Amino acid sequence: MSLFIVNILDGLVTGLLLFMLCSGLTLIFSMMGVLNFAHASFYMLGAYFGYQISTYVGFWPGLILAPIIVGVIGAAIERYGLRRVHQYGHVPELIFTFGLALLIEEVVQFFWGKSQMAFEAPAALKFAAFSIAGNAFPAYKVFMIFIAIGVFLVLLYILTKTRIGMIIQAALSYPETVQNLGHNVPLIFMGVFGVGTAMAAIAGVIAGPVLGTFPGMAVLLGSIVFVTIVIGGLGSLWGALLASLLIGWLQTFAAAYNLRMADLLTAIGLTEPADLAQSLLSDLWTLTLPQVGPILPYLLMIIVLALRPQGLFGKRET
Amino acid sequence: MNLFTKSLMAAAVTTGVVAGSMAASYAADNIKIAFIDPLSGPFASTGNQGLSHYKFAAQELVNSKGGVLGGANFEIVAFDNKISAKESLIQLKVAIDQGIRFIAQGNSSGVANAITDAVKKHNRRNPDQQVLFLNYSAVDPALTNAKCNFWHFRFDANADIKMDALTDVMATNKDIKKVYLIGQDYSFGKAVAAAAVKFLKAKRPDVEIVGNELHPIGKVKDFTPYARKIVSSGADAMITGNWGSDMVGLGKAVIEAGFENPIYTYYAASDGITKTFGEAGEGKLKLVMEGQLNPPVSDRAAAYTAKFEAQYPGYDIGQPRIANVIEMLAKAIDKAGTATDMVKVANALEGMEHDSIWGTKVTMRAKDHQAIQDVHIMAHTAKDVKFDFDSSGYGLKVESTVKMASADSATTCNMKRP
Repeated sequence: MSLFIVNILDGLVTGLLLFMLCSGLTLIFSMMGVLNFAHASFYMLGAYFGYQISTYVGFWPGLILAPIIVGVIGAAIERYGLRRVHQYGHVPELIFTFGLALLIEEVVQFFWGKSQMAFEAPAALKFAAFSIAGNAFPAYKVFMIFIAIGVFLVLLYILTKTRIGMIIQAALSYPETVQNLGHNVPLIFMGVFGVGTAMAAIAGVIAGPVLGTFPGMAVLLGSIVFVTIVIGGLGSLWGALLASLLIGWLQTFAAAYNLRMADLLTAIGLTEPADLAQSLLSDLWTLTLPQVGPILPYLLMIIVLALRPQGLFGKRET
Repeated sequence: MNLFTKSLMAAAVTTGVVAGSMAASYAADNIKIAFIDPLSGPFASTGNQGLSHYKFAAQELVNSKGGVLGGANFEIVAFDNKISAKESLIQLKVAIDQGIRFIAQGNSSGVANAITDAVKKHNRRNPDQQVLFLNYSAVDPALTNAKCNFWHFRFDANADIKMDALTDVMATNKDIKKVYLIGQDYSFGKAVAAAAVKFLKAKRPDVEIVGNELHPIGKVKDFTPYARKIVSSGADAMITGNWGSDMVGLGKAVIEAGFENPIYTYYAASDGITKTFGEAGEGKLKLVMEGQLNPPVSDRAAAYTAKFEAQYPGYDIGQPRIANVIEMLAKAIDKAGTATDMVKVANALEGMEHDSIWGTKVTMRAKDHQAIQDVHIMAHTAKDVKFDFDSSGYGLKVESTVKMASADSATTCNMKRP
């Protein structure tokens, strides 16, 4: 039972981290209608900038400065790159972001090399907040939970309660109408892109010390981010939150419990072959849940797409 | 005239070099060694570090001493295989097409298994353009057992030998009663787990194996759930063969989750790993490997290490055996008197006894082409470390040594010699 609670908390951390990436991506998607393949790369940039700044002035200024720098870079890329490509249609845009992802990875390797950076959690948070049956829960993870929830609340407030949020929401669905009403829609798009990438950067800064800061970190998280926004429903903040938490828990629990396929197969009445090495189905019989874990989010995505193509909270057909 | 010199001649003609100088330039032609390993992607740091050591060793141990065969230099040619077996076979083909006859690869036994098969096939079909496979790191025991072949030589201690040495040391520690095994889900991870179970059962039947599992390689984003299981199992020690970012991720998660006991590893050093662990790993992280850096075994070894660090700042000698590969290959080529007749070179390498720069004797066992050498248990520490890793102040210090580990171990290898 105590392990269950610990896993709930760990899954929450994973899920909220995922959410910080997805929330920006899902907004950008509904705005441009194009998947931003480079989104996870901005997450990586955030981690590297955070690390670099932390070596000079410590972790905390890095947490503030790195997302701002990445946000400005993101906005500049939208203004001078994506907007020019936009007139040629979606496919060039898609290829542009894909190229951008590769470029950022190479740039990161050029400046920081290919090894893992020694990005450390701040000393003030380097203790175990509490411990459940011998399992320490680091204070840093508690901090991650609060940062992520804070970001979500701020974003939710801005999007639903403020004037600028309403204009964004309107611009997402009816950009021409909003433009005709006298709002500067390209500026809004640039702002959303900048804020979206900045949020990815916040996720990068706080995840860097825990999940590792290395050139492969973007690729590792890249695909799962798309899966999450598709499950949650494109453009939906609540959907992104729910899907992120769902996937966070799914992955944590799948890795945490050693359920064996053999037990399941025996339970439904099959008998295990006496000599597994000779059996054609030996791979099936020796499978365990942690081994299957990484494919579960993709399985979930297929199920969701089959039953509810617009995603859990999506409003439109994709 | 064989195919190799023919193709060289063709190349010389097309590039405008006077063909008449061929005979004279033959001795001065570089002997190329193809280095096929990941130079991009998640495991790039390991590959690049190996590459820099190869370049340094070739220059320092062979070229600066007059080369081999009276003046031919070693040249390392890098190929990026992105840690994929498929990509490796393509790069192998490219290397062979370029006339390269020596193939060095080490990262990932999955890749090594593919290369050893491909080399075997290639050599059977192209008897006048055969190549040698110098495996400097892939430690899946199968490579020198069931899958052994005449063209493959392994310079690292294989997973069984390392586990044999490690369990020798663990067996003397009576505090260890429960052990947790975890590794990457592929041939090497499975080999480590199988060896651990086998040796622990034989040497310490009272030790309980409280966990034995494999996780997807290079795909786990967060090792926390695994760490929770390990802590909850009440293990007194854990053993893992993980490497690269999988090693850092697992190790950090386990230490953060409150694990206080020794973590026995194969590869938890260098490539940023030592720096990332830093203080947290002190007294916990242990490594089983060959090649003693601290304390330095001799002035020669110390000078070699210092010069490497000066020449390749940011890289470490994380795989000391590379020096043995280069020295033993040079010796074999000189002894065989040829760098093109692979049967002769392989025969010279087979059974070779070599005094390594790292203070151990290395014997290339003839029956399975497995190098037998001293294997050490090292501790990740900041104390008495002359050569640190990652410029972090932390490094590896030898704690105990198993002399010529597993020298008489059995092999199922049934070597077919040409």
